[in-house]
Amino acid sequence: MKKVSLVLLVALFFSMLLSGGVEANVIEIRGSDTQVNLVGNFAEAYMDKNPEVMISVTGGGSGTGISGLINSSIDLANVSRLISEDELDQAHDRGVEPSRVIIALDALSVITHPDNPVEELTLAEIGDIFRGDITNWADVGGKNQEINLYGRQSNSGTYVYFRENVVKADFSDDKMRMNGNAQIVEGVKSDSSAIGYVGVGYTVTEGEVVEGLNLISVALEEGKPFVTPLDPDNVAAGLYPLARPLHHYSDGTPQGVLAEYIDFVLSEEGQQIAVDSGFYPITEEFEEINRENLGQ
Amino acid sequence: MNYKLRDNLIEKFFLLNGIIVILILLGIFLILLTNSWPAIRSIGISEFFTSARWNPTAYGGDNEYGILAKIISTLMVTFGSMIIAVPLGVAAAAYLSEVASIRVRSILKPALEILASIPSVVIGFLGIVVFGPLIAQTFNLPHGLNAINGSIALAIMALPTIISLSEDALSSVPEEYRKASLGLGANRWQTLTRVTIPASLSGIFAAVMLGMGRAIGETMAVLMATGNAPRMPSSFFSSVQTMTATIAIELGEVPYYTEHYHALFVIGLVLFIMTFLVNLASDIILHRYRREE
Repeated sequence: MKKVSLVLLVALFFSMLLSGGVEANVIEIRGSDTQVNLVGNFAEAYMDKNPEVMISVTGGGSGTGISGLINSSIDLANVSRLISEDELDQAHDRGVEPSRVIIALDALSVITHPDNPVEELTLAEIGDIFRGDITNWADVGGKNQEINLYGRQSNSGTYVYFRENVVKADFSDDKMRMNGNAQIVEGVKSDSSAIGYVGVGYTVTEGEVVEGLNLISVALEEGKPFVTPLDPDNVAAGLYPLARPLHHYSDGTPQGVLAEYIDFVLSEEGQQIAVDSGFYPITEEFEEINRENLGQ
Repeated sequence: MNYKLRDNLIEKFFLLNGIIVILILLGIFLILLTNSWPAIRSIGISEFFTSARWNPTAYGGDNEYGILAKIISTLMVTFGSMIIAVPLGVAAAAYLSEVASIRVRSILKPALEILASIPSVVIGFLGIVVFGPLIAQTFNLPHGLNAINGSIALAIMALPTIISLSEDALSSVPEEYRKASLGLGANRWQTLTRVTIPASLSGIFAAVMLGMGRAIGETMAVLMATGNAPRMPSSFFSSVQTMTATIAIELGEVPYYTEHYHALFVIGLVLFIMTFLVNLASDIILHRYRREE
């Protein structure tokens, strides 16, 4: 009796292994920490409608996602920046053809402590602060206290985006390299002279700024208006200088289950999930790029 | 005959296990060495110890690979944690082994084991939301993500090791020693500090070294609690980035087989040598001490 059940068990085990290999209904997504919650919400909604599909979403940073794609250990990479030339070369060396889909827009938020009187900064001032050229809040109209910098570590897409577009040099060595958006938010909440940058999904809930944070209005340059990312119209109209696209990268044009999932993300329903998660729907200009990359 | 054969086989089995452990150690050392060699050759070993900055993904492309700030940060956090954990740990061990009633022991010992099993991310998180603000308030700093915070996190993680091993050492002191001491008119405090602790010093020393080994290589808790600013620390109130934190943060993202990748292995190699030296030193001291006994 015992032996029979053992044989049955073994047979069951192997049949499960085999069937798992045949139906490739598992989608593995890894990468950007900014996108984890957003894509997690996409995945949950999609799995509710398609119970036969399993989607797993993990973080680690955009760079981690891209190395996963290059090593073929995942199906989709969450990347909150553009793929770099080096990464493209590496991917091609391994026969991987990264293809880009924009899934939502993020307005990178610059946050401070509510006790800090500074409400508005220009892009250049933010760059000076994170480069370490401005080290006192008094220089930008605040109190006389030293500025404490909170940011991400180097495998973060947010780190790279911010460095390329705002700092335009190396970050100050004094900037704390936090291991995730949530840690930056916690850090800034408890530090009255802090400044940090995080994805808007971490600073806004239901159209209101998270308690304990102050959201800085940003001007593209001196003399231009200061714009808050709180108003979705500002982002949609391209007025907020730190709006950026969030991506899925796949190996080649997505096929099969992957394509169906991406269609869902780009549908009206999917884009509403993005809005509910605190991000913004993609605009006409990015829809155009998506159509091109998806071959539609 | 049968028994002899069995004894023989069992002996061989244990020998095999011993050899496997040594082989694993050698293998790790070799992997570290071969993977860091390309970086040592192309960057030069002196760059690692003379350059002030660690900036392997520089904006303009002028990468720098100085690890001195990381070594000093690691040593600061480790020794800071020992300053907190050793007195606490030895005192707690002495209480457990010499003073506590069986009832108290039966609560404290399991509690200690639970403390040891708390995942390091949880301790790191406590560092951010509890100890950080507490340190900031106490020392009137803008934030508490600094070397002291890392030291506290590591002290918590090293405490169970130090306490349980020190307690074992104290309990293994023969009862006659205590009885003789008490019989000579010493009180319990004098017996503890002048007889029991000195008699078990080698064991306590080993406990501290093992705790330190745990602390020096711990990653997640320090990564979260110390703030990770790569600058050379100026005091215990500076945000620091330790060697383990650098490897943990950057190895996930680094393109394989590049200079940066191999440079991370150099950090690993230096860390390995540091822990090896700590263990070697403790071993030598232990042996010398035992001989004097």
